[in-house]
Amino acid sequence: MILTRRTLLLGATATLAGCDRLARDEGFREALFSAENFHKWAQRGLMAPDALAREFRPDQISPIFRANGTANPNTPAYKALWRGGFADWRLQVSGLVTRDLSLSLAQLRRLPHREQITRHDCVEGWSAIGKWRGVPLKTILDGAGLKSRARYIVFRCADDMGGGRPYYESIDLTDAFHPQTILAFALNDRPLSVANGAPLRLRVERQLGYKQAKYLMGIEAVDSLTAIGKGKGGFWEDHADYDWYAGV
Amino acid sequence: MVSMIDSADRMAQRHRLSTRLWHGLNALLLYILFTSGLGIFNAHPRLYWGQYGANFDHGWLVLDRFPGWITLPGHYSLALSRHWHLAAAPIFAFALLAYMLWSLANRHIGRDLAFRREELTPRHLWQDISDHARLRFPKGEAALRYGLLQKASYVGMIFVALPLIILTGLTMSPGMNAAWPWLVDLFGGRQSARSIHFITAFALVAFVVVHILMVLLSGPVNQVRAIITGRYRLPRDRP
Repeated sequence: MILTRRTLLLGATATLAGCDRLARDEGFREALFSAENFHKWAQRGLMAPDALAREFRPDQISPIFRANGTANPNTPAYKALWRGGFADWRLQVSGLVTRDLSLSLAQLRRLPHREQITRHDCVEGWSAIGKWRGVPLKTILDGAGLKSRARYIVFRCADDMGGGRPYYESIDLTDAFHPQTILAFALNDRPLSVANGAPLRLRVERQLGYKQAKYLMGIEAVDSLTAIGKGKGGFWEDHADYDWYAGV
Repeated sequence: MVSMIDSADRMAQRHRLSTRLWHGLNALLLYILFTSGLGIFNAHPRLYWGQYGANFDHGWLVLDRFPGWITLPGHYSLALSRHWHLAAAPIFAFALLAYMLWSLANRHIGRDLAFRREELTPRHLWQDISDHARLRFPKGEAALRYGLLQKASYVGMIFVALPLIILTGLTMSPGMNAAWPWLVDLFGGRQSARSIHFITAFALVAFVVVHILMVLLSGPVNQVRAIITGRYRLPRDRP
Protein backbone atom coordinates (compact mmCIF):
# COMPACT_ATOMS: atom_id res chain seq x y z
CA MET A 1 0.00 0.00 0.00
CA ILE A 2 2.92 2.32 0.73
CA LEU A 3 4.35 1.38 -2.62
CA THR A 4 1.02 2.14 -4.25
CA ARG A 5 0.87 5.49 -2.56
CA ARG A 6 4.38 6.33 -3.64
CA THR A 7 3.59 5.20 -7.18
CA LEU A 8 0.45 7.33 -7.17
CA LEU A 9 2.39 10.31 -5.86
CA LEU A 10 5.13 9.83 -8.43
CA GLY A 11 2.51 9.35 -11.11
CA ALA A 12 0.70 12.51 -10.06
CA THR A 13 3.94 14.50 -10.02
CA ALA A 14 4.98 13.11 -13.39
CA THR A 15 1.58 13.94 -14.91
CA LEU A 16 1.71 17.47 -13.54
CA ALA A 17 5.26 17.87 -14.83
CA GLY A 18 4.00 16.68 -18.22
CA CYS A 19 1.22 19.28 -18.11
CA ASP A 20 3.79 21.95 -17.23
CA ARG A 21 5.92 20.94 -20.21
CA LEU A 22 2.85 21.01 -22.45
CA ALA A 23 2.01 24.52 -21.24
CA ARG A 24 5.41 25.73 -22.43
CA ASP A 25 4.68 24.61 -25.98
CA GLU A 26 3.63 27.65 -28.01
CA GLY A 27 0.89 25.93 -29.97
CA PHE A 28 -0.60 24.30 -26.90
CA ARG A 29 -0.47 27.59 -24.99
CA GLU A 30 -2.38 29.27 -27.76
CA ALA A 31 -5.05 26.57 -27.64
CA LEU A 32 -5.23 26.77 -23.85
CA PHE A 33 -5.45 30.57 -23.85
CA SER A 34 -8.11 30.55 -26.56
CA ALA A 35 -10.66 29.43 -23.95
CA GLU A 36 -10.99 33.17 -23.26
CA ASN A 37 -12.62 33.61 -26.67
CA PHE A 38 -15.13 30.87 -25.89
CA HIS A 39 -16.05 32.44 -22.53
CA LYS A 40 -16.45 35.90 -24.05
CA TRP A 41 -18.54 34.54 -26.90
CA ALA A 42 -20.69 32.39 -24.59
CA GLN A 43 -21.25 35.09 -21.96
CA ARG A 44 -21.99 37.81 -24.49
CA GLY A 45 -24.39 35.40 -26.17
CA LEU A 46 -26.16 34.55 -22.92
CA MET A 47 -26.68 38.13 -21.76
CA ALA A 48 -28.26 41.22 -23.19
CA PRO A 49 -25.67 43.95 -23.92
CA ASP A 50 -27.18 45.99 -21.09
CA ALA A 51 -27.71 43.13 -18.62
CA LEU A 52 -26.91 44.58 -15.22
CA ALA A 53 -24.47 43.33 -12.63
CA ARG A 54 -26.14 42.62 -9.30
CA GLU A 55 -26.78 45.71 -7.19
CA PHE A 56 -26.93 45.22 -3.43
CA ARG A 57 -28.70 46.80 -0.47
CA PRO A 58 -26.85 49.33 1.74
CA ASP A 59 -26.78 46.78 4.60
CA GLN A 60 -24.85 44.35 2.37
CA ILE A 61 -21.85 46.68 1.97
CA SER A 62 -18.52 45.24 3.19
CA PRO A 63 -17.56 46.78 6.57
CA ILE A 64 -14.09 47.43 5.19
CA PHE A 65 -13.61 47.65 1.43
CA ARG A 66 -10.35 45.89 0.63
CA ALA A 67 -8.40 47.86 -1.99
CA ASN A 68 -7.00 45.97 -4.98
CA GLY A 69 -3.80 46.42 -6.93
CA THR A 70 -1.56 49.41 -6.27
CA ALA A 71 -2.07 50.88 -2.78
CA ASN A 72 -0.34 54.17 -3.56
CA PRO A 73 1.23 55.28 -6.86
CA ASN A 74 3.84 57.22 -4.84
CA THR A 75 5.33 58.89 -7.91
CA PRO A 76 6.48 62.53 -7.56
CA ALA A 77 3.90 63.63 -10.13
CA TYR A 78 1.05 61.82 -8.36
CA LYS A 79 2.15 63.08 -4.95
CA ALA A 80 2.11 66.64 -6.27
CA LEU A 81 -1.45 66.17 -7.54
CA TRP A 82 -2.53 64.62 -4.26
CA ARG A 83 -0.99 67.46 -2.20
CA GLY A 84 -2.99 69.92 -4.24
CA GLY A 85 -6.23 68.06 -3.55
CA PHE A 86 -6.25 67.02 -7.22
CA ALA A 87 -7.16 70.60 -8.21
CA ASP A 88 -4.51 70.41 -10.97
CA TRP A 89 -5.51 66.93 -12.08
CA ARG A 90 -7.15 66.61 -15.50
CA LEU A 91 -8.69 63.66 -17.30
CA GLN A 92 -7.46 63.71 -20.89
CA VAL A 93 -9.87 62.25 -23.45
CA SER A 94 -8.19 61.64 -26.79
CA GLY A 95 -7.72 59.26 -29.71
CA LEU A 96 -10.53 58.53 -32.15
CA VAL A 97 -12.83 61.31 -30.92
CA THR A 98 -14.07 64.39 -32.72
CA ARG A 99 -12.84 66.70 -29.94
CA ASP A 100 -10.24 66.06 -27.25
CA LEU A 101 -11.38 66.84 -23.74
CA SER A 102 -9.53 67.85 -20.61
CA LEU A 103 -11.81 67.53 -17.61
CA SER A 104 -11.22 68.66 -14.05
CA LEU A 105 -12.61 66.84 -11.04
CA ALA A 106 -14.98 69.76 -10.41
CA GLN A 107 -16.32 69.48 -13.96
CA LEU A 108 -16.85 65.73 -13.59
CA ARG A 109 -18.71 66.23 -10.32
CA ARG A 110 -21.11 68.62 -12.03
CA LEU A 111 -22.11 66.01 -14.63
CA PRO A 112 -25.06 63.66 -13.99
CA HIS A 113 -24.07 60.88 -11.58
CA ARG A 114 -24.88 57.26 -11.21
CA GLU A 115 -24.77 55.53 -7.84
CA GLN A 116 -24.48 51.76 -7.56
CA ILE A 117 -23.80 49.27 -4.78
CA THR A 118 -21.90 46.49 -6.51
CA ARG A 119 -19.57 43.63 -5.76
CA HIS A 120 -15.91 43.92 -6.66
CA ASP A 121 -14.50 40.50 -7.52
CA CYS A 122 -10.76 40.13 -7.43
CA VAL A 123 -9.16 37.60 -9.79
CA GLU A 124 -7.61 36.10 -6.63
CA GLY A 125 -11.03 35.06 -5.35
CA TRP A 126 -12.11 37.60 -2.76
CA SER A 127 -15.09 39.96 -3.06
CA ALA A 128 -15.94 43.31 -1.48
CA ILE A 129 -19.20 45.22 -1.82
CA GLY A 130 -19.12 49.00 -2.02
CA LYS A 131 -21.22 51.94 -3.10
CA TRP A 132 -19.76 53.81 -6.04
CA ARG A 133 -20.70 57.22 -7.38
CA GLY A 134 -19.48 58.52 -10.68
CA VAL A 135 -20.13 59.71 -14.19
CA PRO A 136 -21.27 57.18 -16.77
CA LEU A 137 -18.47 56.64 -19.27
CA LYS A 138 -21.09 56.98 -22.00
CA THR A 139 -21.61 60.63 -21.01
CA ILE A 140 -17.92 61.39 -21.52
CA LEU A 141 -17.66 59.45 -24.78
CA ASP A 142 -20.79 61.10 -26.18
CA GLY A 143 -19.35 64.48 -25.17
CA ALA A 144 -16.09 63.78 -26.97
CA GLY A 145 -17.86 62.30 -29.99
CA LEU A 146 -16.58 58.80 -30.68
CA LYS A 147 -15.50 58.25 -34.28
CA SER A 148 -17.03 55.28 -36.05
CA ARG A 149 -13.65 53.55 -36.36
CA ALA A 150 -13.25 53.35 -32.57
CA ARG A 151 -13.50 49.79 -31.17
CA TYR A 152 -11.85 49.97 -27.75
CA ILE A 153 -11.43 52.44 -24.91
CA VAL A 154 -7.98 52.45 -23.29
CA PHE A 155 -7.44 53.75 -19.76
CA ARG A 156 -4.14 55.36 -18.82
CA CYS A 157 -3.27 55.38 -15.14
CA ALA A 158 -0.90 57.19 -12.78
CA ASP A 159 0.46 54.14 -10.96
CA ASP A 160 3.95 53.08 -11.95
CA MET A 161 4.18 49.30 -12.17
CA GLY A 162 7.99 49.34 -12.05
CA GLY A 163 10.53 50.63 -14.54
CA GLY A 164 8.40 53.65 -15.34
CA ARG A 165 5.63 51.56 -16.88
CA PRO A 166 2.27 52.99 -15.90
CA TYR A 167 -0.80 50.76 -15.50
CA TYR A 168 -3.25 50.59 -18.39
CA GLU A 169 -6.39 48.66 -19.22
CA SER A 170 -8.94 48.54 -22.00
CA ILE A 171 -12.54 47.52 -22.64
CA ASP A 172 -14.64 47.21 -25.77
CA LEU A 173 -17.60 49.40 -26.66
CA THR A 174 -20.20 46.95 -25.30
CA ASP A 175 -18.79 47.48 -21.83
CA ALA A 176 -17.89 51.14 -22.44
CA PHE A 177 -21.53 52.07 -23.11
CA HIS A 178 -22.98 49.76 -20.44
CA PRO A 179 -25.15 51.76 -17.99
CA GLN A 180 -23.13 50.59 -14.97
CA THR A 181 -19.77 51.49 -16.49
CA ILE A 182 -18.86 54.67 -14.64
CA LEU A 183 -15.85 56.79 -13.81
CA ALA A 184 -16.17 56.75 -10.04
CA PHE A 185 -14.95 59.54 -7.78
CA ALA A 186 -16.62 58.37 -4.56
CA LEU A 187 -16.77 55.11 -2.59
CA ASN A 188 -19.24 54.68 0.24
CA ASP A 189 -20.22 58.38 0.13
CA ARG A 190 -16.65 59.63 0.50
CA PRO A 191 -14.19 60.89 -2.10
CA LEU A 192 -12.02 58.03 -3.34
CA SER A 193 -9.08 57.35 -1.03
CA VAL A 194 -5.61 56.91 -2.51
CA ALA A 195 -5.80 53.14 -1.89
CA ASN A 196 -9.00 52.94 -3.90
CA GLY A 197 -7.79 54.95 -6.89
CA ALA A 198 -8.12 58.68 -6.13
CA PRO A 199 -9.17 60.84 -7.75
CA LEU A 200 -11.00 58.74 -10.37
CA ARG A 201 -11.28 55.06 -11.26
CA LEU A 202 -13.17 52.91 -13.72
CA ARG A 203 -15.99 50.61 -12.68
CA VAL A 204 -16.85 47.96 -15.26
CA GLU A 205 -19.07 45.77 -13.16
CA ARG A 206 -19.32 42.59 -15.22
CA GLN A 207 -15.59 41.95 -15.09
CA LEU A 208 -12.90 41.19 -12.51
CA GLY A 209 -10.93 43.64 -10.38
CA TYR A 210 -7.88 44.15 -12.57
CA LYS A 211 -10.11 45.72 -15.25
CA GLN A 212 -11.20 48.45 -12.79
CA ALA A 213 -8.37 50.84 -13.67
CA LYS A 214 -7.45 53.20 -10.82
CA TYR A 215 -5.73 56.64 -10.75
CA LEU A 216 -7.14 57.52 -14.16
CA MET A 217 -5.17 60.10 -16.14
CA GLY A 218 -6.38 59.57 -19.65
CA ILE A 219 -8.96 57.86 -21.82
CA GLU A 220 -8.10 57.00 -25.38
CA ALA A 221 -10.38 55.66 -28.09
CA VAL A 222 -8.59 53.28 -30.46
CA ASP A 223 -9.48 50.93 -33.31
CA SER A 224 -7.07 48.19 -32.26
CA LEU A 225 -5.13 47.13 -29.18
CA THR A 226 -1.99 46.02 -31.01
CA ALA A 227 -0.21 49.35 -30.48
CA ILE A 228 -1.10 49.48 -26.77
CA GLY A 229 1.67 48.13 -24.53
CA LYS A 230 2.63 44.70 -25.86
CA GLY A 231 -0.66 44.40 -27.68
CA LYS A 232 -2.91 42.44 -25.35
CA GLY A 233 -4.79 45.46 -24.04
CA GLY A 234 -3.74 45.69 -20.41
CA PHE A 235 -0.78 45.68 -18.06
CA TRP A 236 -1.47 42.26 -16.53
CA GLU A 237 -2.57 40.88 -19.88
CA ASP A 238 0.81 41.92 -21.31
CA HIS A 239 3.01 41.02 -18.35
CA ALA A 240 1.34 38.08 -16.59
CA ASP A 241 -0.82 36.33 -19.23
CA TYR A 242 -4.13 37.41 -17.67
CA ASP A 243 -7.18 37.18 -19.92
CA TRP A 244 -8.25 40.43 -21.54
CA TYR A 245 -11.89 39.39 -21.18
CA ALA A 246 -12.25 39.12 -17.42
CA GLY A 247 -15.92 38.14 -17.11
CA VAL A 248 -14.93 34.76 -15.68
CA MET B 1 -17.66 -32.25 -15.07
CA VAL B 2 -20.36 -29.69 -14.77
CA SER B 3 -18.30 -27.80 -12.27
CA MET B 4 -15.46 -27.65 -14.79
CA ILE B 5 -17.67 -25.88 -17.29
CA ASP B 6 -18.90 -23.57 -14.55
CA SER B 7 -15.41 -22.63 -13.57
CA ALA B 8 -14.43 -21.66 -17.11
CA ASP B 9 -14.04 -17.91 -17.45
CA ARG B 10 -17.17 -16.31 -18.77
CA MET B 11 -16.67 -12.92 -20.39
CA ALA B 12 -19.44 -10.38 -20.61
CA GLN B 13 -19.93 -6.92 -22.06
CA ARG B 14 -19.85 -4.61 -19.06
CA HIS B 15 -19.58 -0.89 -19.85
CA ARG B 16 -21.03 0.84 -22.88
CA LEU B 17 -18.86 2.95 -25.18
CA SER B 18 -20.47 6.16 -23.82
CA THR B 19 -19.55 5.23 -20.26
CA ARG B 20 -16.00 4.24 -21.20
CA LEU B 21 -15.35 7.40 -23.22
CA TRP B 22 -16.81 9.70 -20.61
CA HIS B 23 -15.04 7.92 -17.77
CA GLY B 24 -11.62 8.40 -19.37
CA LEU B 25 -12.21 12.00 -20.39
CA ASN B 26 -13.74 12.81 -17.03
CA ALA B 27 -10.84 11.31 -15.08
CA LEU B 28 -8.37 13.47 -17.04
CA LEU B 29 -10.47 16.64 -16.81
CA LEU B 30 -11.23 16.27 -13.10
CA TYR B 31 -7.53 15.80 -12.48
CA ILE B 32 -6.69 18.99 -14.38
CA LEU B 33 -9.57 20.88 -12.77
CA PHE B 34 -8.69 19.82 -9.23
CA THR B 35 -4.98 20.59 -9.47
CA SER B 36 -5.44 23.88 -11.32
CA GLY B 37 -8.28 24.71 -8.92
CA LEU B 38 -5.90 24.36 -5.98
CA GLY B 39 -3.51 26.65 -7.85
CA ILE B 40 -6.27 29.27 -8.11
CA PHE B 41 -7.26 28.76 -4.47
CA ASN B 42 -3.64 29.50 -3.49
CA ALA B 43 -4.10 33.10 -4.67
CA HIS B 44 -6.47 33.63 -1.73
CA PRO B 45 -6.55 30.57 0.55
CA ARG B 46 -9.48 31.79 2.63
CA LEU B 47 -13.17 30.86 2.38
CA TYR B 48 -16.24 32.82 3.43
CA TRP B 49 -20.02 32.52 3.55
CA GLY B 50 -22.29 35.14 2.02
CA GLN B 51 -22.14 37.76 -0.70
CA TYR B 52 -18.72 39.22 0.07
CA GLY B 53 -15.50 38.16 1.78
CA ALA B 54 -11.97 39.53 1.83
CA ASN B 55 -9.11 39.71 4.29
CA PHE B 56 -10.91 41.95 6.79
CA ASP B 57 -13.94 39.65 6.90
CA HIS B 58 -14.38 36.47 8.90
CA GLY B 59 -13.26 33.41 6.99
CA TRP B 60 -14.62 30.00 8.04
CA LEU B 61 -11.54 28.32 6.60
CA VAL B 62 -8.08 29.87 6.42
CA LEU B 63 -5.34 27.67 4.97
CA ASP B 64 -1.76 27.93 3.82
CA ARG B 65 -1.00 27.49 0.15
CA PHE B 66 -1.21 23.95 -1.24
CA PRO B 67 2.24 22.57 -2.15
CA GLY B 68 3.50 22.59 -5.74
CA TRP B 69 3.33 18.81 -6.23
CA ILE B 70 -0.48 18.91 -6.15
CA THR B 71 -1.07 22.18 -8.08
CA LEU B 72 -1.12 22.87 -11.81
CA PRO B 73 1.25 24.42 -12.73
CA GLY B 74 3.78 23.19 -10.19
CA HIS B 75 4.80 26.73 -9.31
CA TYR B 76 2.51 29.55 -8.25
CA SER B 77 0.94 31.13 -11.32
CA LEU B 78 -2.63 32.34 -10.93
CA ALA B 79 -2.84 33.20 -14.63
CA LEU B 80 -1.72 29.76 -15.82
CA SER B 81 -3.87 27.90 -13.27
CA ARG B 82 -6.84 29.92 -14.51
CA HIS B 83 -6.03 29.13 -18.15
CA TRP B 84 -5.99 25.40 -17.38
CA HIS B 85 -9.11 25.58 -15.25
CA LEU B 86 -11.17 27.74 -17.59
CA ALA B 87 -10.15 25.73 -20.66
CA ALA B 88 -11.02 22.38 -19.04
CA ALA B 89 -14.24 23.54 -17.33
CA PRO B 90 -16.45 24.04 -20.42
CA ILE B 91 -15.31 20.72 -21.92
CA PHE B 92 -16.07 19.02 -18.61
CA ALA B 93 -19.52 20.64 -18.36
CA PHE B 94 -20.58 19.86 -21.94
CA ALA B 95 -19.20 16.31 -21.67
CA LEU B 96 -21.35 15.74 -18.59
CA LEU B 97 -24.40 17.08 -20.40
CA ALA B 98 -23.68 14.88 -23.42
CA TYR B 99 -23.16 11.85 -21.20
CA MET B 100 -26.44 12.48 -19.39
CA LEU B 101 -28.35 12.70 -22.67
CA TRP B 102 -26.56 9.71 -24.19
CA SER B 103 -27.18 7.64 -21.04
CA LEU B 104 -30.83 8.58 -21.10
CA ALA B 105 -31.08 7.55 -24.75
CA ASN B 106 -29.27 4.22 -24.41
CA ARG B 107 -31.16 3.45 -21.19
CA HIS B 108 -28.01 3.38 -19.01
CA ILE B 109 -29.82 5.59 -16.53
CA GLY B 110 -33.09 3.63 -16.66
CA ARG B 111 -31.55 0.16 -16.59
CA ASP B 112 -28.39 0.50 -14.53
CA LEU B 113 -28.63 3.61 -12.36
CA ALA B 114 -32.30 3.96 -11.43
CA PHE B 115 -33.22 2.50 -8.05
CA ARG B 116 -35.65 -0.41 -8.07
CA ARG B 117 -38.50 -0.52 -5.62
CA GLU B 118 -37.36 -3.83 -4.12
CA GLU B 119 -33.87 -2.38 -3.52
CA LEU B 120 -35.13 0.44 -1.40
CA THR B 121 -35.86 -1.51 1.73
CA PRO B 122 -33.97 -1.13 5.02
CA ARG B 123 -33.13 -4.85 4.90
CA HIS B 124 -31.60 -4.56 1.44
CA LEU B 125 -29.69 -1.44 2.40
CA TRP B 126 -28.35 -3.12 5.53
CA GLN B 127 -27.35 -6.17 3.49
CA ASP B 128 -25.43 -3.97 1.03
CA ILE B 129 -23.66 -2.12 3.82
CA SER B 130 -22.64 -5.33 5.59
CA ASP B 131 -21.47 -6.88 2.28
CA HIS B 132 -19.28 -3.84 1.70
CA ALA B 133 -17.94 -3.95 5.26
CA ARG B 134 -16.99 -7.62 4.82
CA LEU B 135 -15.63 -6.90 1.32
CA ARG B 136 -18.01 -9.45 -0.16
CA PHE B 137 -18.53 -8.49 -3.78
CA PRO B 138 -21.25 -9.94 -6.00
CA LYS B 139 -20.39 -13.02 -8.06
CA GLY B 140 -21.62 -14.35 -11.38
CA GLU B 141 -24.38 -12.48 -13.21
CA ALA B 142 -25.05 -10.34 -10.14
CA ALA B 143 -21.64 -8.71 -10.64
CA LEU B 144 -22.99 -7.10 -13.82
CA ARG B 145 -25.48 -5.04 -11.82
CA TYR B 146 -24.62 -2.10 -9.61
CA GLY B 147 -25.26 -2.49 -5.89
CA LEU B 148 -27.44 -0.08 -3.97
CA LEU B 149 -24.58 1.94 -2.44
CA GLN B 150 -22.77 1.87 -5.77
CA LYS B 151 -25.84 3.24 -7.56
CA ALA B 152 -26.31 5.87 -4.90
CA SER B 153 -22.72 7.07 -5.22
CA TYR B 154 -22.84 7.20 -9.05
CA VAL B 155 -26.21 8.96 -9.06
CA GLY B 156 -24.92 11.34 -6.41
CA MET B 157 -21.89 12.13 -8.56
CA ILE B 158 -23.57 12.48 -11.95
CA PHE B 159 -26.73 14.27 -10.87
CA VAL B 160 -25.73 16.15 -7.70
CA ALA B 161 -22.01 16.72 -7.14
CA LEU B 162 -20.89 17.36 -10.72
CA PRO B 163 -23.77 19.74 -11.60
CA LEU B 164 -23.22 21.46 -8.24
CA ILE B 165 -19.54 22.09 -8.91
CA ILE B 166 -20.36 23.42 -12.39
CA LEU B 167 -23.08 25.77 -11.15
CA THR B 168 -21.03 27.09 -8.22
CA GLY B 169 -18.15 27.61 -10.65
CA LEU B 170 -20.40 29.65 -12.92
CA THR B 171 -21.65 31.65 -9.93
CA MET B 172 -18.11 32.93 -9.30
CA SER B 173 -18.06 34.57 -12.73
CA PRO B 174 -19.15 38.23 -12.64
CA GLY B 175 -20.21 37.93 -16.29
CA MET B 176 -22.45 34.94 -15.54
CA ASN B 177 -23.92 36.84 -12.58
CA ALA B 178 -25.20 39.43 -15.05
CA ALA B 179 -26.36 36.77 -17.51
CA TRP B 180 -28.04 34.49 -14.94
CA PRO B 181 -28.70 36.53 -11.78
CA TRP B 182 -30.56 33.58 -10.21
CA LEU B 183 -27.22 31.81 -9.70
CA VAL B 184 -26.25 34.25 -6.95
CA ASP B 185 -29.57 33.71 -5.18
CA LEU B 186 -29.39 29.94 -5.53
CA PHE B 187 -26.16 29.74 -3.54
CA GLY B 188 -26.62 32.77 -1.29
CA GLY B 189 -23.75 34.80 -2.71
CA ARG B 190 -20.52 34.53 -4.66
CA GLN B 191 -18.41 33.71 -1.62
CA SER B 192 -20.84 30.99 -0.52
CA ALA B 193 -20.62 29.55 -4.03
CA ARG B 194 -16.81 29.60 -3.79
CA SER B 195 -16.99 27.71 -0.48
CA ILE B 196 -19.44 25.12 -1.85
CA HIS B 197 -17.23 24.74 -4.96
CA PHE B 198 -14.25 23.97 -2.70
CA ILE B 199 -16.17 21.53 -0.46
CA THR B 200 -17.62 19.73 -3.49
CA ALA B 201 -14.13 19.42 -5.01
CA PHE B 202 -12.97 17.55 -1.92
CA ALA B 203 -16.14 15.44 -1.92
CA LEU B 204 -15.16 14.41 -5.46
CA VAL B 205 -11.69 13.52 -4.24
CA ALA B 206 -13.26 11.39 -1.47
CA PHE B 207 -15.39 9.65 -4.10
CA VAL B 208 -12.34 8.99 -6.29
CA VAL B 209 -10.39 7.53 -3.34
CA VAL B 210 -13.23 5.15 -2.41
CA HIS B 211 -13.86 4.36 -6.09
CA ILE B 212 -10.20 3.38 -6.63
CA LEU B 213 -10.19 1.43 -3.37
CA MET B 214 -13.24 -0.58 -4.51
CA VAL B 215 -11.55 -1.31 -7.85
CA LEU B 216 -8.41 -2.52 -6.08
CA LEU B 217 -10.41 -4.75 -3.74
CA SER B 218 -12.76 -6.25 -6.33
CA GLY B 219 -10.21 -7.35 -8.93
CA PRO B 220 -8.30 -4.39 -10.36
CA VAL B 221 -7.19 -6.03 -13.63
CA ASN B 222 -10.69 -7.19 -14.50
CA GLN B 223 -12.25 -3.84 -13.55
CA VAL B 224 -9.70 -1.72 -15.41
CA ARG B 225 -10.03 -3.90 -18.52
CA ALA B 226 -13.79 -3.51 -18.31
CA ILE B 227 -13.68 0.31 -18.16
CA ILE B 228 -11.21 0.46 -21.07
CA THR B 229 -12.41 -2.31 -23.39
CA GLY B 230 -15.85 -3.04 -21.98
CA ARG B 231 -15.02 -6.75 -21.53
CA TYR B 232 -15.55 -8.08 -18.04
CA ARG B 233 -14.81 -11.54 -16.68
CA LEU B 234 -17.64 -12.71 -14.47
CA PRO B 235 -16.35 -13.52 -10.99
CA ARG B 236 -16.97 -17.20 -10.29
CA ASP B 237 -19.68 -18.27 -7.96
CA ARG B 238 -18.28 -19.97 -4.92
CA PRO B 239 -20.41 -22.42 -3.00
